[in-house]
Amino acid sequence: MDGHIDILAIESSCDETAAAVVRDGKEVLSNVIYSQIDMHTVYGGVVPELASRAHIEKINYVIQKALDDAGMELKDTDAIAVTYGPGLVGALLVGVAEAKAIAWAAKKPLIGVHHIEGHISANYIEHPDLVPPYLGLIVSGGHTHLVIVEDWAKFRILGRTVDDAAGEAFDKVARAIGLGYPGGPKIDKISKEGNPNAVRFTKAKVNGSEYDFSFSGLKSAVLNYLNQAEMKHEEVNRADLAASFQKSVVDVICEHTLKAAKDYGIKNVAVAGGVASNSGLREGLRKMCDANGLRLFIPSPVYCTDNAVMIGAAAFHEYEAGTRSGWDLNAVPGLRLGEK
Amino acid sequence: MKLIALDSSGLVASAAVLSDNELLAEYTVNYKKTHSQTLLPMLDEISNMINLDLGEVDAVAIAAGPGSFTGLRIGSATAKGLGLALGIPIIEVPTLAGLAYNLFDAKGLIVPCMDARRKQVYNGIYRFEDHKLVTVKDQRPIAAAELIDELIAMDPELTKDGLIFLGDGVPVIAEESERLTVPYSFAPAHVGRQRAGSVGALALVLYAEGRYVKAEEHAPIYLRKSQAEQERERRMAGKDSL
Repeated sequence: MDGHIDILAIESSCDETAAAVVRDGKEVLSNVIYSQIDMHTVYGGVVPELASRAHIEKINYVIQKALDDAGMELKDTDAIAVTYGPGLVGALLVGVAEAKAIAWAAKKPLIGVHHIEGHISANYIEHPDLVPPYLGLIVSGGHTHLVIVEDWAKFRILGRTVDDAAGEAFDKVARAIGLGYPGGPKIDKISKEGNPNAVRFTKAKVNGSEYDFSFSGLKSAVLNYLNQAEMKHEEVNRADLAASFQKSVVDVICEHTLKAAKDYGIKNVAVAGGVASNSGLREGLRKMCDANGLRLFIPSPVYCTDNAVMIGAAAFHEYEAGTRSGWDLNAVPGLRLGEK
Repeated sequence: MKLIALDSSGLVASAAVLSDNELLAEYTVNYKKTHSQTLLPMLDEISNMINLDLGEVDAVAIAAGPGSFTGLRIGSATAKGLGLALGIPIIEVPTLAGLAYNLFDAKGLIVPCMDARRKQVYNGIYRFEDHKLVTVKDQRPIAAAELIDELIAMDPELTKDGLIFLGDGVPVIAEESERLTVPYSFAPAHVGRQRAGSVGALALVLYAEGRYVKAEEHAPIYLRKSQAEQERERRMAGKDSL
């Protein structure tokens, strides 16, 4: 033993086949991502069956490259980690079955990792000084969560989306205004040329929960705006509309995050998930945190979108906490944070 | 020559270990429980039972398809993980050929059928000649009625010794099969469904012929495109004809 814990991590919950070797939960020895996005673009979104088929074709190449890039052999690793939920069940199952077989054959401990815990843990890679307790904000194509990370691998959920995830709303709005898929980056880009105050959308409040999010109403408001403009034969300024929509999303996320920070007296805010690479959100959060004396942690864009490094980072803390999964580990598409 | 054989193509989950011409262990469960939760624990249990030294395993045999897409992928990912970890190749056994091998050296035609839904079955037609499995019809998805029509129209020389149906598609073709004029039967319980022992036994033959692939190259044989691809092709074809 060299005193380090090196974990081979595998992630296949949606449309990236990814593997990485991570040392002690923070040092990236390798990071391999095979993105299927081009394949799904013609369908306007991720097709689960095609995603699953692509995962099984690529997975061994991706894992082998992660080991090769780290200059390691399987026998040199200390554990095998894999995302087991939430996500697309067929896609998750490929990674789970593969990881289990590898761990079993190589006689290594197996650690099932929650995808969202992975996203949050992406922050440990570039910010080793980030330690619990802190506020975690996860915004991605499938998830929108506001949580308190009370301790390593211990979470309390404050709020979540009651309908669409933030990234989902971006995709739907992008499709409605004819920008195509994937919506997030396209709206982000065109928003830079638009006036974010051009269109005022009412803020969606969720009854009974001050931290929950609702983006479906905002998406409908955008669709209504488009319909009305069409009926009146008015030209829609797509840049203005995109910028106004993006600002509404950013505003509500910032407001809830600030409220939670104040209510719980927490000074550190860590952001994660694919939408965390949205420049409007990054800027909005930066301003809000600076104005309120909060410290903001955001991973580089490469660690925001799905990757296996974040799974390796989360797995290290689970490993230290004694988490070990059995050979009957299953994919759990609706897995909730904090559940085992 | 030692190999691990797996079949999770249908409702059955089955794992086996073979050494040369001997079946060392086999675990077969025909019960609706996710293969993801059963397959590896089953392999783990039989391996412990026979003190299997994984370093001595030369290859992994897998029922490569057709079958349930998800079931196939659980088996394939398991086989690929074993292949990667142990540095050994994969022997891809067509699922229906593996089923036919349950009835080694049977007289007559072997007609394995797997339920492919919508009154269709995955089917291939096989017979044994000089103790070798010969493919009469390659595996394909086919409507139950069409399969029976095909068997009725077949060269009487091939069907004169009768037909044996097996597999979980038997209920799908049972009614149509009453139209047959040649003698036929249904395989009994112990050989009526997928068994990893048969997959492994056929895999030994394929391996001896050099028919195996690197673990990274293996992918299931689906025989059907995804729903999204089928719909897209229909849309594109519709556009072309306008």
